[in-house]
Amino acid sequence: MAEHTGLGLAALQAAALEAIAAAADLASLDQVRVRYLGKSGELTALLKQLGTLPADERPAAGQEINQAKAAVQVAIDRRKVVLDDAVLTARLAAERIDVSLPGRGRRPGGLHPVTRAMRRIERLFANAGFAVAEGPEVEDAYHNFEALNIPEHHPARAMHDTFYFDAELLLRTHTSPVQIRVMEEQAPPLKIIAPGRVYRCDSDLTHTPMFHQVEGLLVDEQVSFADLKGVLYDFLRNFFERDLELRFRPSYFPFTEPSAEVDIQCVICGGSGCRVCKQTGWLEVLGCGMVYPEVFRHVGIDPDRYLGYAFGMGVERLAMLRYGIDDIRLNFENDLRYLRQFS
Amino acid sequence: MRFSEAWLREWVNPPVDTRQLADQLSMAGLEVDAVEPAAPLFSGVRIGWVQSVAPHPDAEKLRICRVDLGEDALLQIICGAANVADGMKVPVATVGAVLPGDFKIKKAKLRGVESFGMICSAKELGLAESSEGILALPADAPVGEDIRDWMALEDHCIEVDLTPDRGDCLSLSGLAREIAVINRAALATPAIQPVAPVHEQSMPVQLQAPTACPRYLCRVIRNIDPSATTPWWMQERLRRGGIRAISPVVDVTNYVLLEFGQPMHGFDLAKLDGEIRVRMAEEGECIALLNGEEATLRADTLVIADAGRVVALAGIMGGSETAVGPQTRDVLLESAFFAPLAVSGKARSYGLHTDSSHRFERGVDPGLQSRAIERATRLLTAIVGGEPGPVVEAVSEADLPQPRTLTLRPARVAQVLGLALPQETILDILTRLGMHTEPAAEEWLVTPPSARFDLVQEVDLIADIGRIYGYDRIPVSHASSASVTGSTPEADFDLDRARLALVDRGFHEVITYSFVSPEIQALVDPEQQVLRLANPLSAELSTMRTSLWPGLIQTARYNQARQQDRVRIFESGLRFRIGADGLSQTQGLAGLVVGSPDPEQWGLTSRAADFFDLKADVEALLALTGAPGRFSFVPGAHPALHPGQTASVECDGRAIGLIGMLHPSLAAQLDITGDAYLFELDIAPLSVGALPKHASISRFPSIRRDIAISVDEAVTYASIADCIRATETELLRDLVLFDLYTGKNIESGRKSLALGLILQASSQTLTDGVIEDTVRRILARLASEFGARLRD
Repeated sequence: MAEHTGLGLAALQAAALEAIAAAADLASLDQVRVRYLGKSGELTALLKQLGTLPADERPAAGQEINQAKAAVQVAIDRRKVVLDDAVLTARLAAERIDVSLPGRGRRPGGLHPVTRAMRRIERLFANAGFAVAEGPEVEDAYHNFEALNIPEHHPARAMHDTFYFDAELLLRTHTSPVQIRVMEEQAPPLKIIAPGRVYRCDSDLTHTPMFHQVEGLLVDEQVSFADLKGVLYDFLRNFFERDLELRFRPSYFPFTEPSAEVDIQCVICGGSGCRVCKQTGWLEVLGCGMVYPEVFRHVGIDPDRYLGYAFGMGVERLAMLRYGIDDIRLNFENDLRYLRQFS
Repeated sequence: MRFSEAWLREWVNPPVDTRQLADQLSMAGLEVDAVEPAAPLFSGVRIGWVQSVAPHPDAEKLRICRVDLGEDALLQIICGAANVADGMKVPVATVGAVLPGDFKIKKAKLRGVESFGMICSAKELGLAESSEGILALPADAPVGEDIRDWMALEDHCIEVDLTPDRGDCLSLSGLAREIAVINRAALATPAIQPVAPVHEQSMPVQLQAPTACPRYLCRVIRNIDPSATTPWWMQERLRRGGIRAISPVVDVTNYVLLEFGQPMHGFDLAKLDGEIRVRMAEEGECIALLNGEEATLRADTLVIADAGRVVALAGIMGGSETAVGPQTRDVLLESAFFAPLAVSGKARSYGLHTDSSHRFERGVDPGLQSRAIERATRLLTAIVGGEPGPVVEAVSEADLPQPRTLTLRPARVAQVLGLALPQETILDILTRLGMHTEPAAEEWLVTPPSARFDLVQEVDLIADIGRIYGYDRIPVSHASSASVTGSTPEADFDLDRARLALVDRGFHEVITYSFVSPEIQALVDPEQQVLRLANPLSAELSTMRTSLWPGLIQTARYNQARQQDRVRIFESGLRFRIGADGLSQTQGLAGLVVGSPDPEQWGLTSRAADFFDLKADVEALLALTGAPGRFSFVPGAHPALHPGQTASVECDGRAIGLIGMLHPSLAAQLDITGDAYLFELDIAPLSVGALPKHASISRFPSIRRDIAISVDEAVTYASIADCIRATETELLRDLVLFDLYTGKNIESGRKSLALGLILQASSQTLTDGVIEDTVRRILARLASEFGARLRD
């Protein structure tokens, strides 16, 4: 009986191990487990037959059977690991994707290039402590001209190509009237910029009847032309992110004195001369000056106590130089193929 | 102002080249617009003397000329110009010459006859835009000499774009003075000697408007030679100054205009009646002008009249009836000072702009008239002969601009410029500029020259000091100025943030003109009263927009016409509306979508955007206010929108915007393809003043109960949601509509809504009993309010 048992056990263990090795998936492996180790499994059955053995043989036989059971369990566990691994590998292989496919969903649009440049200008001046002020676009002749020391029939008024509604009401030709409105309402010290739309009755290759300006104004007890130069050097060099040369050319605006036009070294050719700078190496980008005493008198600020500087720039001009735009009219055609270039 | 560099250098000749000279002008505030050669490049053109002209045997229009070039043999040249004549002096491009445009002259055979060069027209030499026939040179032109040398063509025309304050530089003398000041160079002013009268004939002058014209000079010159022509050098200087030569009298007055900046006029004395009256026009008086037009005058216009009629618009333009012509034998020269204020705007009001009005508006030196008339007399009589009479001067001294003495504080110079200049430097600059200066300890007295109309205040002097010292030498200061901290309320609606939100949601920002065509304005916003421009560029751009939609619709159409089927655009800007309180200019934000909400792609089914796509965008904007709960969408109406798909956006019950589908009939009229959806919000009411406010988060679990109800189709979701929220204010954390269904299994005329109720208490875990009771109460309320039935 003992021999039979021993022989039977070894064969049974070998058959189990063979079946385990042959199990191709987790389901067949489980069938093998049930067949040998289950409640009515073959190895379990041997254990149940122990009682039929003589008492002195029982411990040894029991130990042998348990060892066989343990060996089979270990083989099952190992096989399970292998099969689990194969399942995962198969799943991973099946789940392979083409990662080069485009992502799904909406794409961002973009800000208009003029707004883009305007935000940049506003931020740079905000860093320098300038607050944003706004004013109406339908403006009266007083704020647009008289208060800025441009009386009726002044040659400078003729140069403004003004859109009128009637004798008094017009579309502002520059953002300078915002200076006046701010000074009328607030007491110095003042430090503002005024961005916005302006209008001139002019339309050709290089002019659109509407464009954008940013006006700047600083009023305080101690302000000089040297300070004005400083703020514009900082602004223009930061805007273009280059150590540009600047040139302050004496000019004339009825509401500032001294007045200057500011040229930057051409950002296209670096100053050697090109089509954009008309071979001069310089590009005119803004006008500026010290607030004229008459202007202070119009708004009730004491010109003996306060000094101020003001500047004004065309945003389209700066945007075009910055982004390489060669036709101002593109800005108002709003062709999506153009706008997408600034996304 | 355009002028010949060589002419300027006769006055002042600093050791700087052309480019440096131009830079000096620009940096002195006299901006150089262009520097152009006086003539384009050409070579090998010499002065020839036509010795004979014979017809070409085989060509009717060609002539065989034999031309003396100062060499042993005459040159045979075929010429097609009608005006070629025996004895003429002409420019000859010899074989080997290169004319402008790299046109090389070779030996040629024209219809069998050899030609050894070409006789040139002014146009062929680049000296005129157009010309008739060949250029006839004066009889004294030296035969054989290179024409570039003889005409001194190695010169430049310099164009300065002068600002309106610098009328004093609208002349060679003014520009030369500036160059002399900058370079500390000597200024050679042409000597002006009075011309003695040879007879006593004169024209009486009456100054009837002495404020407008305080000084009027005139002089009779009799018996001029009508056949005389303007000398070559003068014609060239005029040409290089951008002025066409016309006749000796006109040319001389123009020459003096360029030289000294004094506009002058010549009348045909025979056509003047009695006397000169400088007076204001009578309302409705007429004058035929030199430019061929007729002007009907207003009473505010200063005129020159004789005993009977107006003969010139003072300082603007002469009349044609008294103009100098080929028959004129006796001339009356005028040299006057007209006050800038009397002339300003007048030329423009008659649609005119002349070299004369340009200068008088900006200010002509009131001390110049006498010198100018003497200069013109000398130049004119040298050309046309004639007998000058005495100069008649009518003057009202009291009305002349008086010399202004200004106070200058050297300390103020330092303060304004940010640069402490030594007093000697300031004095030196002022003196060089021709100012009479009386230095003192603190306040100097400075009297500018009479031509400097721009110097009226201390700061004008300071600017001029800075200008001559050099703006580039003023330091760059980074001294921190007053720090003014502007306060921005945190709860204000941030338009910039809103723009970025739209960009992130796939919108492109556009900027359209604030003026639109009245047609589209009337179609899109017919009920709004509009503001119209009095002088629009075109009807298309004549009406101020009352809504941002016209610009958006036009932009959508523009892009659809360019194969852009998917349009998602927005704009922000002012709208101009006329209401009971007059004009309002309010900031708005508007958008338009048409076509697919997403770009075409592999993972999404393509579909057209609808109302709810755009509503999500608007809701995202309203969320930026910090208080989205205060906004609601209620059925609305607008003439431009689909009546069944329009919502009014309300804030606390007040309308602040609109959203809806572009009305299909309007879309058809406006050529919009597909269903377009629009929104527009007023910006100001979006600042509702809401700041985020923290509330503690419950530690207890939330549970969700889903219910499906059917209601009549007319019942709105908002009313159901409001009802649920009102029924359970304490435990309801969230409400989700996760399905909306009509059709099979739902009674016709009803719809099914599937709602998720998320419930949570702040102090305990909810029990089944509480949950069931809550759901029961909600369902009961929905049943009683809307006849809602629970579905299985």
